[in-house]
This record gives sequence, C-alpha cells and structure tokens, in this order.
Amino acid sequence: MLELDKFIEWIHSSLLDLIGLDWVVSLIEYVLIGVAFLSLYAVLALILIYVERKICAFFQCRLGPTRVGPWGIFQSIADMVKILLKEIIRIDKTDQLIFKVAPFIVIIGSFCTFGALQFGRGLHGVDFNVGLFYMLAISSLGVVGILLAGWASNNKYTLIGAMRSGAQLVSYELSAGISLLTMVIVSGSLNLTDIIEGQANAWYIFQAPLPALIAFVIYLIAGHAETNRGPFDLPEAESELTAGYHTEYSGIQFGFFYLAEYLNMFIIAAIAATVFLGGWQPFHINADWAASFNGIMDCIPTWAWFFGKVFALIFLSLWVRWTFPRLRIDQLLKLEWKILMPISLVNLLLMAVWVLIF
Amino acid sequence: MENLEKIILSLAPDAKIEENTQRFTATIAPEKLRKVAEGLKAKGFDYLMCLTGMDYKDSLGVIYHIAPSNDEANVIVLKTSTPDRENPNLPTVSDLWEIAYFYEREVYDFYGIIFTNHPDMRRLFLREDWKGFPFRKDYDANPALNPIPEKVPSVESFENVPTYSIDKDGKLVKKEYPLFSKDEYVVNFGPQHPSTHGVLHLRISLEGEIIKHIDPHFGYIHRGVEKMCESMTYPQMLYLTERLDYLCGTMNRHALCACIEKAAGIEVPARAQYVRTIIDELTRIASHLIGWACMCNDMGSITAFIYGMRDREKIMDIYEETAGGRLMVNYYVIGGLAADIHPNFQNRVKEFIPYMRKMIKEYHVLFTGNPIAYGRMKNIGILSKEKAVALGVTGPSGRASGWACDVRKIEPYAAYDKVNFEEVLHKEGGTFDRYMIRLEEIEQSLRIIEQLIDNIPEGDFKAKVPAIVKIPAGEYYQRVENARGDFSIYINSTGDKNPYRVKFRSPCLSLITALCPLCDKEKIADLIMISGSMDYVIPCVDR
Repeated sequence: MLELDKFIEWIHSSLLDLIGLDWVVSLIEYVLIGVAFLSLYAVLALILIYVERKICAFFQCRLGPTRVGPWGIFQSIADMVKILLKEIIRIDKTDQLIFKVAPFIVIIGSFCTFGALQFGRGLHGVDFNVGLFYMLAISSLGVVGILLAGWASNNKYTLIGAMRSGAQLVSYELSAGISLLTMVIVSGSLNLTDIIEGQANAWYIFQAPLPALIAFVIYLIAGHAETNRGPFDLPEAESELTAGYHTEYSGIQFGFFYLAEYLNMFIIAAIAATVFLGGWQPFHINADWAASFNGIMDCIPTWAWFFGKVFALIFLSLWVRWTFPRLRIDQLLKLEWKILMPISLVNLLLMAVWVLIF
Repeated sequence: MENLEKIILSLAPDAKIEENTQRFTATIAPEKLRKVAEGLKAKGFDYLMCLTGMDYKDSLGVIYHIAPSNDEANVIVLKTSTPDRENPNLPTVSDLWEIAYFYEREVYDFYGIIFTNHPDMRRLFLREDWKGFPFRKDYDANPALNPIPEKVPSVESFENVPTYSIDKDGKLVKKEYPLFSKDEYVVNFGPQHPSTHGVLHLRISLEGEIIKHIDPHFGYIHRGVEKMCESMTYPQMLYLTERLDYLCGTMNRHALCACIEKAAGIEVPARAQYVRTIIDELTRIASHLIGWACMCNDMGSITAFIYGMRDREKIMDIYEETAGGRLMVNYYVIGGLAADIHPNFQNRVKEFIPYMRKMIKEYHVLFTGNPIAYGRMKNIGILSKEKAVALGVTGPSGRASGWACDVRKIEPYAAYDKVNFEEVLHKEGGTFDRYMIRLEEIEQSLRIIEQLIDNIPEGDFKAKVPAIVKIPAGEYYQRVENARGDFSIYINSTGDKNPYRVKFRSPCLSLITALCPLCDKEKIADLIMISGSMDYVIPCVDR
C-alpha cells in the first residue's frame, strides 16, 4: 500500500521508456540515489538533533527549543543555516592538510554505511554479499579521522581526546563485532537481505532468546560507546577536555563532526534493529492462530517498521546518555576488556551450541 | 586564658601579652618565632587558622591565629614584626602548618615580607613583574609604574621558583629552581575552562592521563577587596563581602556585620538574629545544591546539574521577595536587617522544606545510587584528618575527613545556640564522603530552619545605629561557618570611621591547597571530580 519499492520500480521503468539507453538510465539513477542518500543523511541529522534537544529537555524538566516555528521544530534548520554561514577559523600552527581532511574522513565513514543499510523492502543502495562486514568496516573508519583531527590540531587537549577515542573505539569494536558475529551464526550469512529475510517469521532476538539477548545488550553498550556519547563521551568530555578532539574546529568543519556523531547514533541503532529486531520485517508471531494478527502487522509499511525500531533504540540511547555520569578511562577499558569481551566470547560459544541443539 | 598565657610564657618568657583584647594576643620578637611556633605545634596547636600581613608604618608584621584542632575556641593570636622595610624577612612556618605555604606567599605578594626557607617565594596573586607591594601604607598606586603589559607574559616566566635562606653571615641568599623540567607534558588547565568553577589556572604536568604535579595560579579576578576596605566606611564595606564568595554572600556579610556589631557594642534585636540564621541556612542549602550540581556536572551528569539549579531557584525566589536581590541579597546591615521580612516569607519557607526533603530523595535515587557515580567516587582523593587540619580544610570537606570544625558549634553566633542540629561527620575523607556530606548537611539546615521559622520573635528588625559607625581602636576577629568552611574577618581599627586593616580568611584557598596533594598520581578526570567535591569558589580566593 504505502510501500516504496513499487514507486522505485515505476521510476526505473518510466526512465527506461523515456530514454531507452540502459547505461544512461543507470547513470541518472546513480545520481538520483546519491542525492536521495545525501538528503536523507542531512534530514535525519536535523530530525535527530531536534529530537535529542527536546527529549533531553524533558528529562531535565526544561522545555527545549520553543521559539523557531511551533514547538521549535525549525530550530535545527536555523542551526544548520547558522553553522553553514559561520566563518571557518584557520589556525596557523596546525598540520593544514590533515586538519582539513580529518572531518571528511569522519563523515565519509558514517555516510558510506548508508549505502548498505536496508530502509524497507527493496529500499537499499547496494546489496552486498558481505553487507554486515562492510558496515562494520566502514563505520570504524571514523576513528582514523578522529585521531588525525586530534593530532593535527596541535593542542594538548585534543591529543588526549584523540588518544582516548582511539583506545575506546578500537576496544569496543571488538565486542560489537563479536556480538554481531554471534547473530551471523544464526543467520548463516553476512548478506543483509538474507539476514532480514531470515527474520520474516520471528526476529532473531526471539529465535534464540538467551544468547541473542545477551548479544543484543552487549551490542547496545558497545555501540553506544562507539558513538562517543552518554557515559562513554570521554573523547570529548567537556568538563575535562573542553571539547576533546574537535576543540580547534569551527564552522562547518565542526559541523561535520557533529553530524557524524548524530548519524553514528542512527547507524548503530539501525544495525541493531537490522540484526536483532528484524530490520524492516513486521512483528510476526510464528503460529497458525496468529495469522490475522500477522496480517494486521503487514499493513504497516516496512520502512515505518524500520524507522520505528531505530527511533525506539535511539530513544534508549538518549535516555542512557542523559541519566548516567561519565566513566573514567580505566573503568571504561576495564568494562570492555574484563567484562564485555569475555562475556561475548562465551556467548559466541553458547550461540553455536544453541544453534546446534535447536 | 591563663592556660594560654602559661604556654606562651614557657616558650618565650619575654613575650608581651596584650590586655583588653577580644582574643588572647601575644607579641614576640622575630628571632623567637620559630621556637614558639615549634613549641605550639608540639603542644597540639595544629590548626593555623589565619595568617595576616600587617603594615604598622614603622615596621612590617605578621599575625598568626593558631588553635588546636580539637579545641578551636582556644585561639592564640601571635604577633611578630620586623622594622626592616627594605629587605624584611621572617622565618617561615610552612613546614609546621602546610597551609602557610600559600598564606606566606600572599603576605609576600602584598607586603614584600620574605619568608626565609619557604620553598616557593613567588607572588600569589599579582604578576611576577609587578613593582611595589600594594598593601604597604606607602605604596605608590601611580598607574605609570605598573602599566598594562602590551605583550602577555609567557607562563614559563613564572616557573622559576625563587627561595631565600639566610647564610652564616646573616645575609639573605636567593636561589632559583625551575618548576617543571623541559620535557614534561604540561597542560594549562584554565583560566578559561568549563570546570574550574571560576577563573582558576592550574598548570598540570601529565604523564598520559596521570597527574604528576599541579601548580595553581591565582589572581585573574583579584580585586584587592581588602585594600579597598581600608578606604571605605564600615557600611560601605558590607557590599564587598557578598562579592567574595558569591554563593554564600549572606554568610560573609553576616560575618562582617557581627564583627562590627560586637566591636561597636551594638545589641542586635532577636528578630534580626532569627531571620539571619534562617537566611544563612537557606543560603547554605542553595550553595550546597550548586556544589552538588556542579560536582555531578563535572562527572558528566548534566541532568543532575539542572535538577540542582532548579531547586536552588526556589530559594532565590524567596530572597527576591523578601530582600529584592537574588545572588547579591544585600539584606543584612549593621544592627539588623535592611527591611522586615515579607509577609509571605514564612509560608514560602515552610512550603520549601518538605519539597526539598522530597527532592533529596530523588537525588539519591538518580545519582548517589548510580553504580557509575559510586564507582568513580569511592576510594578516590582521600584526605586524612591530619592532612585536613594541616591544610586548614574546614567546612563540609573538613568534616568529611572527620574533623569537627563547625564554627556554628564551636563559637555559636546569631541564633545557633538556640537550635538543635547535628554536626555531620564522616570518617574516611574520600570524594564520596564529601559528596554525601553536602546532601546530609542540607537536611540539617532544613532542621534548623524548621525550628526557627515559626518562632521568629516580634519586635524591631534593626537596632538603632549611629549614622557614622565607628568602632573603638583594637583588633577584632569574627568567625562564621559559611558553606565552604571557616570564613573569618579580622579588623584592625584605630577608632576612625574606616578600618586600618581588614583581612578575610577565605576557606576556599585551603580547599585549593588541598587539591594538589589529593590529585597526586590520580587521573585527570579525577582532578575535575575532586575539585568538584571540594566546591571552591574562586572570587573568595582572589579577594
């Protein structure tokens, strides 16, 4: 009904009718897809910033933005215009090239993941056979940008922030990777389409309840740590390091870091939703008596399922962020190497046994 | 009193004991100072309350207020002076009482008195290249002498630490040593930094995330309040006190009012005393709320910060209604209060008490019980009782180390002798104790207010005070417990309408002094948390 895959097919066929040349149509479609992803990326960032500001305000007994538009909904647009118009301050004693390249690396790292994400039935850029692996690989590229930014700024605070960030992201990448690997055992494939199709009857979190739940929680913690937010915001701990690795950045360069941070939150939630909560699959009960219930669930469009799940997870992440105080660097690493990592390794084994038995 | 006399005379038989003074005062020759100081320290006088520099015109002197930490009411005032105005020097006592380390630097800064064998004779507040010593009575304040520098002096220029000693011939010898070695990773923490609670500048030598050494720089907002007071009349001085520690303005003002009232023999009406006590306790709650909130913010919990500010707002509203001011309440005057309380005052305070009790429960649920918060605070930054006494760490931070140093109990003023309250003491002196003690003290303050609010006596709110307040010649020392500790005022009067010398004993200076040993070998994140738990306010240090 409200599915978008028919619409996309219609665009494809009408373009083909209109032009006729296969390669021209493909070229036009590549550009269209690129523009669509870019605007999705920007719009999502605006929405996320607004949502975060409002939710954070409600947690803190405040009102949040109220002035620009009804309930302040145009606040993030005003912010965007402001940040685009701001002067980019050039700092003499930095490593100019690396200083300028770093924000792009960070934003490319997070933007490229969008190519493989599946937003709904038939709504994805590329369908890799190693989609999950690709997403993990490309989203951890950001740490390179952060390290370079911290180093190139030639500032002691940014350097400490960058080193913290490096230590944190590299460590938490392990648990995040292992917990996703745990789910790959169930799916038997790294292809995101296969992973989502495999959850048509029941989401993976219900298919192997115990190990999947453990993996889910670990992934949420580790993923949250990778976004540098909440109790894990040490790289930019503003009360310690002023602003961490992006202290020296201004204007849209700073905006890139800011954008990447918000979109990383979305990406982590999207991967969690895809691997554990069935991606765009509606909620189904795998039983004969529930056929009509499943039918009702199918009426909700798949992209709504996807974004609903993702925003529920994002809300969880905001909740955590605005409740907990910050960890200390040694506690942070201890949590990863002494607690999360052993648990996820054992969990991997448990999942293998589980899949073997059931 | 006789006992103190005996102690002093046994240490220095030629000491001159002054008659008719508020506190036991003895003048000794500078050569005897070390011997008397060592003797007093050995006799249990381990708390150097205050160290004041003085210019007697014909000589430069220092006044020491010393007391035993377990019996603080027994204060010995020790005076010494040197007639040499060119190269004045006195022996240091910083090896006996650690807090003297900063106090003596302050005296050097303002009076130019060199303390021999002091490890670090840099200026404390003024720039290193400042000409002249501003608190001397013959100081030339001509701006041409000390122009605003065109180039900002590099921080490194302050890192050659001079020390002085006296050689065999009795000559003053100067030695210099560098504070940091060349390859140390030194981070400038402040003066513009989100969590230094004001314009504090710490130079921190780091090894990775671990702190090796801290060197605090003060003076970024030094206004010379003590010097300004010397040219003001007593009622004018009142307005400066609230600008010291702006979070406990009313208590600072209370200290000065009480000091002048006692000196001038003004009887303050009971109504004013009761209201002062209530307002002081409200200020204490407001200040502890900010202390708690900022500490949570330092640990990265912004939500808790906003909660604290929200509840403090209720107190600010009560002030606004009664006094007109919020942060600078300007409500106490010499002899009583500026105006009677607002008819709503009692009702609003009575509404506030149960509200606050409910909120404290929420704070405990939100933050105290949080495993991350507890995990960060426990066993970090432990200040032993001995160290707290040596460093003069009073107030909640001192009580968290188990030192019963509440001036409200030791020397009750206003209506504190009419109320029941508990002096909250903890034993360990860790960051968690300093965190908890503030929330517990809020409860005690609520208890005090509860006992007084319904019993405010009828009558005048202000005693009759002459238009020009003069206090008889002499020395006066008034102690008040403000939210950060022992805030005292020393006034030396010649009987004129303005004082000869005023000294504010800042509790915050010793809190920062304590920061340096506490953060040794801790991580940089803990420095922020510990400084949050110390809850200092910089304008109080930079008087």
